[in-house]
Amino acid sequence: MFHWLEKNPFFFTVVLFVVIAFAGLVEILPNFAESSRPIVGKKPYTMLELAGRNVYIKDNCMSCHSQLIRPFKSETDRYGSYSLSGEYAYDRPFLWSSKRTGPDLHRVGNYRSTDWHENHMKDPQAIVAGSIMPKYPWHFTNSADIATAFDEAVTVMKVFGVPYNKEGNPTVPATFSEAKAEMIAEAKEIAKDMKDPGVKAALENGDIKEIVALIAYLNSLK
Amino acid sequence: MQQSTAVSYDYTVARWFTYTTIAFGIIGMLVGVIIALQLAFPALNGIAGEYSSFGRLRPLHTNGIIYGFTLSGIWASWYYISQRVLKVSLNEYPFLKLISKLHFAVYFVIMLLAVVTLWMGISTSKEYIQLEWPIDILVVVAWVLWGISIFGAIGVRREKTIYISLWYFIATFLAIAMLYIFNNLAVPTAFVSEGVGAWYHSVSLYAGTNDALVQWWFGHNAVAFIFTSGIIALIYYFLPKESGQPVFSYKLSLYSFWSLMFVYLWAGGHHLIYSTVPDWMQTFGSVFSVVLILPSWGTAINMLLTMKGQWQQIAENPIIKLMILASTFYMFSTLEGPIQAIKSVNALAHFTDWIVGHVHDGVLGWVAFMIMAALYHMAPRLFKREIYSKKLVDIQFWIQTVGIVLYFTSMWIAGITQGLMWRATDQFGNLAYSFIDTVNALHPYYAIRGLGGLLYLIGFFIFSYNMYKTMTVGKELTEEPANKTPMSA
Repeated sequence: MFHWLEKNPFFFTVVLFVVIAFAGLVEILPNFAESSRPIVGKKPYTMLELAGRNVYIKDNCMSCHSQLIRPFKSETDRYGSYSLSGEYAYDRPFLWSSKRTGPDLHRVGNYRSTDWHENHMKDPQAIVAGSIMPKYPWHFTNSADIATAFDEAVTVMKVFGVPYNKEGNPTVPATFSEAKAEMIAEAKEIAKDMKDPGVKAALENGDIKEIVALIAYLNSLK
Repeated sequence: MQQSTAVSYDYTVARWFTYTTIAFGIIGMLVGVIIALQLAFPALNGIAGEYSSFGRLRPLHTNGIIYGFTLSGIWASWYYISQRVLKVSLNEYPFLKLISKLHFAVYFVIMLLAVVTLWMGISTSKEYIQLEWPIDILVVVAWVLWGISIFGAIGVRREKTIYISLWYFIATFLAIAMLYIFNNLAVPTAFVSEGVGAWYHSVSLYAGTNDALVQWWFGHNAVAFIFTSGIIALIYYFLPKESGQPVFSYKLSLYSFWSLMFVYLWAGGHHLIYSTVPDWMQTFGSVFSVVLILPSWGTAINMLLTMKGQWQQIAENPIIKLMILASTFYMFSTLEGPIQAIKSVNALAHFTDWIVGHVHDGVLGWVAFMIMAALYHMAPRLFKREIYSKKLVDIQFWIQTVGIVLYFTSMWIAGITQGLMWRATDQFGNLAYSFIDTVNALHPYYAIRGLGGLLYLIGFFIFSYNMYKTMTVGKELTEEPANKTPMSA
C-alpha cells in the first residue's frame, strides 16, 4: 500500500491529511463547550481594563509572567488559590504564558496596589533589589488605545455574547464618546492613588496614559 | 530512464531563498544574543527605549528564526531538491517559475511587515503566531503559492515515485496550513464595532482554556512541521547525496514517517500539564510525547547508519560532520523533550529555563546545523564555484558546538535550580525563598548562556562570510560535482 501511495501523490496527500488531522479532532473538539463556561460571579473586563490588557499584550508581559497557578502547595502558598478554567472565560486571547522569568500574575490584584505598580513600572530595581525587569517609562507618556478597547468590548459582546450591561456587570455604551467618558471616570479613580503629575494632568485633559489602563487591568487580576 | 544531464535546472529562487536564509539568520540570532544578555544585564533593555525592551524583541527573535531563517532554508532546499528528485526543471514550465518567484516576493513582503508590526507591539499575543489578521491573509497567499509549486511540480514530474524528502515537504505544507488557519481564527473588531480604533485589531475566536488548547496544538506542531519534518526533508536528501551512500533502510524511513505523522499531533497537550485543561488531555499529551521517541530515533538512526562503513568521511568532510552532529542533536533533543513531558518532571521543569534550553539544543544543534550543511552543499551547485574555505567550515563547527554546549548546560542548571527553589520549604513547611532569590541565583547561568549564544552567532558570521566569499571569489567549477562538495583548503 505504501509503495502505491508513493506513486500516487494525490492519495498520499489525502491519507496523510487524515492521519495528521485525527489527533485534533479527538483531542480538541469534544471539550469546547464544557470549558468555556465562566465561574459563578465572574465579571467581564471593563473597557479600561481591556485597554490595559492590550498594553500588557503590546509590551509582551507574557514573555516573562505567567497567569496560571498550578495546583501545588508551593504555588498556592506563593500566589493564592490555583487557577480554574472558568476564570478564563472572558480571556481572548488567553495569557497563561510559557515562561516564568518573573512571578505569576494571575492574582496579583490581591496583593499589589496601584501605587506599588506605579513605582515598580517606573523603576523595578528601586522596589525589588536585583530585579531584572525592564523599566517602562513610555507607559507614562504613551496614550492608552481606548478606541480599540471600545471596539473590542463591542465585538465580544455582539459576537460572543459576553454579558456586558447585565446587572452588576461592567457597561459598554452605544457610542464611543459615552464610552470614553466612562473610561475617564474609571481612570480617575485609579489615578487618585498615583503620584505622577504628567499622568494626572493628561487625565484632566481627557487623555488616559498606558500606565493607568495597565494598572486597572493588573488590579482586576484576582 | 531520464538522464539527469538532459535537464538543466533553474535555481534562481533557490538562490534568493539562500540569501534570505543568511540575512534572517544573522538578524534572528543577533536579536537572540541581545535578549539573552538583557536577562543577565537588564540595563541593556533601555538602549533604545520601548524598541529595545525584552518583550518587544523576543517575538522578533522567535519569528525571525522560525519563519525567517528556517523557512527560507527549507524553501531554498525545496526549490533545489524538488527539481532534482522529480526530474523537472522550472525552465520547462514558465508558470511554475512565475509561481516560485511570486512565492518569494510575497514571503519577503510578509517578513518586512512582520518585523515592523512586531517591533511596534502589534501582536495577537499567541507565541509564534503573533501577526495580526491582514498579514495572516498574506501568509495564506504565500502558503497557497508554495502549494501550487509543490503539486504543480509533482503533477508534471518525470520520476514516478515520490522521494522521501518530498513526503516530509508535503507534510510540512499540509500540517502548517491546517494549524495556522485554525489557530488564527479571529474576529476583526473593526468589522463588528464602529471601527473607531485600530483597523487591524482582532479578538481570538476561542476563549481561555479552549484558546490555550488550540494554541498549543498549533504551537507544538509548528515546531514539529517546520523544525522537524521540514528539516528531515533536508537531511534525507543532502546526507545521502553528500556522502554518496544510499539511505540505510527504506522500511525504517517508512515506519518513522507514518508514525511521526500520527503521533506528533497528539503531543501538544504536554505544554498544558497541570493547567486547567482536562486531565485526560494532559495524560494524552504526556504519553504520546514519550511514544514520540520511537519515530524520532527511527529517523535519526536511519541517518546515522547511512554512514555505515563510511565514518572516515566525518574527518574528511566538514559538511558530513555538520549533518552527523545535527542528527545526533536530534536524538538528544527528542529524548530530552519526552523526559520533560513526564508529568512529575514537567511539574518541576515547566515555566523554567530548562524548556528554553531544550528548544535551543534542538534548534541550534539540529535545525541550524542542518540548514547550514544544506547551504554548503548547494552553494557550489547554485553558484558554480567551490566552497571558499574548508578550514573556516571547521572553525565554525567547533565554535558553534562549544556555544551550544554552554547554552544547554547553563540552561539545564538554571532551570532545575529555579524549579527546585520555587518549591523548596524550610523546616516548618514555609516557602524557603522569595521569588527574587530565585532570579538572583540565575545570574551566572544567564551570563554563560549569553556567551554560548554569542559564540554561536560568531560561528554564523563565519558561515555567512564563507558563503559570501564562495559566491564572489570561490574557484569556478566547469562541471557539477557528483557527491562530495568541493572545497578549497
